[in-house]
Amino acid sequence: MSSKLKTARALALLQQKLEKDGRADRPRVSVCNGTACRPYGSNPVAEAFVTELEKKGLSGQVEFKVTGCHGFCERGPIAILEPGNLFYQRVRVGDVAEIIEKTVLKKEVIERLLFKDAGTAKPVSAQEDLPFYRNQRRIVLGNNTRIDPTSIEDYIAIGGYSALAKSLTELNPEQIIEIVKQSGLRGRGGGGFPTGAKWDTCRKAPGDIKYVIVNADEGDPGAYANEGLLTGNPHSVLEGLIIGAFAIGSHQGYIYVRNEYPLALKNMTIAMEQAEALGLLGKNILGSGFDLTVRINRGGGAFVCGESTALMASLEGKPGEPRAKYTHTVERGLWDRPSDLNNVETWANIPLIINNGAEWFSKIGVAGNSGTKIFSLTGKVNNTGLVEVPMGIKLREIIFDIGGGIRGGKKFKAVQTGGPSGGCLPESLLDSPVDFDSLTKAGSMMGSGGMIVLDEDNCMVDTARYFLNFLEEESCGKCVPCREGVKRMRQILDGITEGKGQESDIQLLKDLSEHLQDSALCALGGSAPNPVLTTLRYFHDEYEAHIKNKKCPAGICKALIKFSIIDEKCPGCGMCVKTCPSDAITFMGKKKPVILDQAKCIKCRTCYDICKMGAVRVE
Amino acid sequence: MSESVSLTINGNKYSATKGTYVLQVARDHGIHIPTLCDHEAIEPYGACRLCIVEVTRGARTRIVTSCLYPVEEGLVVQTDSPRVVENRKMLLNLLLARCSENQVIKALAREYGIEQPAFRQEYWEKHNCIVCGLCVRACEQVVGVSAISLVNRGISKEPKPPFLEKAQACIGCGSCYYVCPTGAVKLEDKNGVRHIYNWKVAFRLKKCSKCGIQWAPEAQLTYIRKKWNLPSDFFEICPNCR
Repeated sequence: MSSKLKTARALALLQQKLEKDGRADRPRVSVCNGTACRPYGSNPVAEAFVTELEKKGLSGQVEFKVTGCHGFCERGPIAILEPGNLFYQRVRVGDVAEIIEKTVLKKEVIERLLFKDAGTAKPVSAQEDLPFYRNQRRIVLGNNTRIDPTSIEDYIAIGGYSALAKSLTELNPEQIIEIVKQSGLRGRGGGGFPTGAKWDTCRKAPGDIKYVIVNADEGDPGAYANEGLLTGNPHSVLEGLIIGAFAIGSHQGYIYVRNEYPLALKNMTIAMEQAEALGLLGKNILGSGFDLTVRINRGGGAFVCGESTALMASLEGKPGEPRAKYTHTVERGLWDRPSDLNNVETWANIPLIINNGAEWFSKIGVAGNSGTKIFSLTGKVNNTGLVEVPMGIKLREIIFDIGGGIRGGKKFKAVQTGGPSGGCLPESLLDSPVDFDSLTKAGSMMGSGGMIVLDEDNCMVDTARYFLNFLEEESCGKCVPCREGVKRMRQILDGITEGKGQESDIQLLKDLSEHLQDSALCALGGSAPNPVLTTLRYFHDEYEAHIKNKKCPAGICKALIKFSIIDEKCPGCGMCVKTCPSDAITFMGKKKPVILDQAKCIKCRTCYDICKMGAVRVE
Repeated sequence: MSESVSLTINGNKYSATKGTYVLQVARDHGIHIPTLCDHEAIEPYGACRLCIVEVTRGARTRIVTSCLYPVEEGLVVQTDSPRVVENRKMLLNLLLARCSENQVIKALAREYGIEQPAFRQEYWEKHNCIVCGLCVRACEQVVGVSAISLVNRGISKEPKPPFLEKAQACIGCGSCYYVCPTGAVKLEDKNGVRHIYNWKVAFRLKKCSKCGIQWAPEAQLTYIRKKWNLPSDFFEICPNCR
């Protein structure tokens, strides 16, 4: 590790040196070791590369990197090989020796490890040619594949902290705020509030002590975009934070990370230690006279602590309860001091904007919604993972071009955006643009970037019930509308899915929704009705089927469905007999259809899922 | 000097000190706004939401809680607009479904024409506590001992002593009992002992050496004596005999 950098010039010199060292003409292998790849076994794969390279005496000649998330989690563990930006998917320990032997040494491509295009079935070798990556614009996430997140040298080599140096030496706080304003950057945590304006108010708020905060309490089910950034490129978030603190006039920062993100915590802690050792954080940053102390606080696992005022209460050591925002937190926030809180992704955009200029940023995306947005694409799509797209892209492009369409050739039904209090959007809205305003207009929201795709096998009433159940448990419980209202809505939905629904339930749900939007204390309660309102709006027929006909069209709600065997299709293989947990199916001999006893059936769906002949009917 | 602003409540003009909460201003002028979680000695909290009013500032009209909304120049407030009343009714509906046998809640609901909750009877609950947190806040802000707190979140949130065991820091003053709007804190003085059942505590009551009346928990008197550095015999006689 180099010694403390005392000037911006010293940083620039170090950058040139590191870039030159890195550019040396040697093959490079980088293995994704993000949180999603680890369960697939990326750790042993990375270790195998190290051992194998050593064994062959290639350690010095091949540059090997273990990196953060590459995004295409569906295909992990992933290895990227230079030259050629070769993309190897689902790499196993057993493949490593062959990769070194053939690809690294002889530049031969191993076709078996390439991604095959679902349409053409043709293998694709370069990462940028994969449909998953081709349609993205990875300005924030892209560097994840180029750096070891635990190495500040890697980050500096690609120009890291140069935006900070520029901010401290060439710009004054007002100019920085003006650039952020001009860029049109809006809060990536979901609110979409203009970041520059927020900073400006905080800078101008009276008070000598001000705080800057990173909101890394990403709690939406299925969302892990912030995690991917924090673990894969923690310095980019930290650099953004330091620039923001300088612009606002704050000398104390907090990074509030949920404790369920151990790798993010680890990598951010390392990043902070390294930045401090190099004089990029702490006292007299780069000799500018500007000081900033940053502390990591671990969240205790409450979803509501992602709400800014609840997060600040939690930072103060109090229970994570939101408070009324009639006075904004930029004026009176943490310990009643002016406090600027931004999401991980917002902070990570700052160095890019400072380095490339407001105009460059504002040209990405669409008017009023500039830049890119990272989504956690999950659910019933072929290509799940972290995707970064320009704002204004169509939902259809994300789900079908990048996501590769629906799994198993099933039919798309809905996409749930914005986390549990977001909404479910139907096929008719697939061509609407993905931006803050359009999503809100459609009854959903951007949220922190969760995107869960649902297919014909998902029941929309049950989906709404699921999200309300989540919110009921994650409500802080402070205000009556949220604590009691969400519970009542969930109970009504329970009734509908159990076949006890009444026609008056719909009106009651609507009344409760309107009431929650009006009178709940915070945004969690205010947006909690979204799953109900959007499913009522776009999937009204499913509610009708449940209430009037006592039927669940998707075949999900247990009280309303019945499983039976289609005798003509059943070959009597007995697979269902073996897996049935309640012994409801009887084997009648080979080539004879099995018999299902309705009285014993617990409707667990196991037989339906295991039968390859489609001989189990749900009705 | 604190700045004075003028505002309109239900069509009438009033002036008030800037930053005062709408609820306070309304009350100062005899305008009734129902509340449950509000108490003059305790910081406003905004949990029960009954004090909601409709405020208009410029082109924007919205529902806010009057206990927390600071007055500002030109603010227009409606305390009983149809939208406010509809929301209050739903709040009372929700409270009644939670406290279906509580007399305070039933009476309040009846004022708004609600005889029974709009929800299926199988879901009615029989709580007395509405989780307004007044007991916890009084204990912290007024008494200064924080013997109890709100535990859990969501639907399981409730005021409880630490670890659900006997509240060790409790001095038996009964502030929680006095501020509770729904009678959910159960306090009883019997046979020279004060019981607060919610916090699993019992305290011996001090006997006045003159008249013999058992007038306050000994623990509370010790607490006050220590806090104000009073002589050891200060509380030997009750306030009436002093």
